[in-house]
Amino acid sequence: MTGLLADLLIGAAILALAAGTVTARSAFTATAFFIAYGLLLALAWVRLGAVDIALTEAAISAGLSGLLLLGAASRLAACPVAEERAPGPVLKALIGLCCAAVSAAVGYAILSLPEPAPSLAEEAMAHLSVTALGNPVAGVLMSYRALDTLLEAAVVVLAVIGVWSLAPAGGWGGVPGPIHPRIEQGPLALLARLLPPIGIVVAFHILWVGSYAPGGKFQAAAILAAMWLLAWLAGLATPPRISSRRLRLAISAGTGLFLAIGMFGVLAEGAFLAYPPALTKALMLAVEFALAGSIAVALALLVMGPPEPEDRA
Amino acid sequence: MSLLLDTFTILAVLAGLFFFAAGTAGLLRFPDTSSRLHALTKADNLGLGLIVLGLLPQMGGVLPALKLLVIWGLALLAGATVGPLIARLARQEDAPP
Amino acid sequence: MSATLYGLLGAALVGIGLFGLLVRPSHLLRILSFNLLGGGVFLVFGAVARRGAGAGLPGDPVPQALVLTGIVVAFAATALAVMLLLRLSAESAKRPDPS
Repeated sequence: MTGLLADLLIGAAILALAAGTVTARSAFTATAFFIAYGLLLALAWVRLGAVDIALTEAAISAGLSGLLLLGAASRLAACPVAEERAPGPVLKALIGLCCAAVSAAVGYAILSLPEPAPSLAEEAMAHLSVTALGNPVAGVLMSYRALDTLLEAAVVVLAVIGVWSLAPAGGWGGVPGPIHPRIEQGPLALLARLLPPIGIVVAFHILWVGSYAPGGKFQAAAILAAMWLLAWLAGLATPPRISSRRLRLAISAGTGLFLAIGMFGVLAEGAFLAYPPALTKALMLAVEFALAGSIAVALALLVMGPPEPEDRA
Repeated sequence: MSLLLDTFTILAVLAGLFFFAAGTAGLLRFPDTSSRLHALTKADNLGLGLIVLGLLPQMGGVLPALKLLVIWGLALLAGATVGPLIARLARQEDAPP
Repeated sequence: MSATLYGLLGAALVGIGLFGLLVRPSHLLRILSFNLLGGGVFLVFGAVARRGAGAGLPGDPVPQALVLTGIVVAFAATALAVMLLLRLSAESAKRPDPS
């Protein structure tokens, strides 16, 4: 009963925040609503028994996206982009009706899901001992659906390449993102000096417990990226130039190692991404750590954006 | 003993919720940014502190309890730095809310 | 029960996100709306995962892991969209609007 009440309250708050995001007058307000929406969605994930997703939602959807969008909102307010005209009231009402119909159709699908629900939970648990992991979600990510995880890591690398390729003329090869002046005192300087050591410890903790409890590379990567971004915002850490070989290696190392281990599986076991039983744990940990590092660098670079022309400063 | 601890938990969490409610009311009703921030940070820190305090005996161990305290500490740190940052920004813009 | 509730919430978020995407002219708001839509789809996945609870797990780990990768990919797409938009704004600042 109290559980249902909590669900209803969380659901109502999420709906209100989503409506607030869509109807907000300024982009800044909408972003503030969106960050709160992400945090409440994390609570919804806990209620759905998906703590792994809750951590990711809070760290990436609310945290990193929030930073990215707030930065964009303030820069867009300074030099706005031409917009199309908003649709008239009749068209708006028509679109509203159609969207309501889409919602109703999805809702109907939810209500008519098959009973008993098909589930892979039994099978996932039955073979979990083979993966040498205790967290079933990590088992799915690293073993059963390792191909998805590999592709996903590749997508992040591609996104970084995509963002870099937006560098304006004269910017290619430079330092990514706007340059922040070094802040020597005040609250931000304090936080940027105090928090990263704690954050790095927390990130490694989450990465390590991820093999048997909620946590893992994505959550750890998001925290590491946030720590780098905090130091970057305070002007304490200038990111390397994007022409730097070391930076490029750092971004692609995780995906590269994953791919190499996958090919090793072809040679050793006769199937792509098959781990030899004796090496399963070691290989998975190697991939987990390498991916965490690479994704952390990539996520931070995605928030920083493409290099800007040097002469602008 | 356990009844006593449970009563303590309920009382402390309720007190924490009261501070959260008061802080939210302040955030919504106060006229300008500084007083809103004042209401928010004071209520948040105290409210979260009381909830953490109330949950401590329910954690069933020293280590989980310590984790809870660390979370409170981090929230305090974040509140203590973000509050002044927003206040500075509001003063710079010097715009009526 | 909570699975159905959050599934319906996901359905509502899909509609709200789609509405914002189509109705709001602001580019940043469209990106936000698209993320709301994505959040709704993830929640539908979450509801399906929750219904598949079994073997001592609170939910089916397969859809949960898919949502996990989905969130990271959605972030990467959002970052790319935002950077495209910022580049557009930098270009229009350089050249005054001809219209």
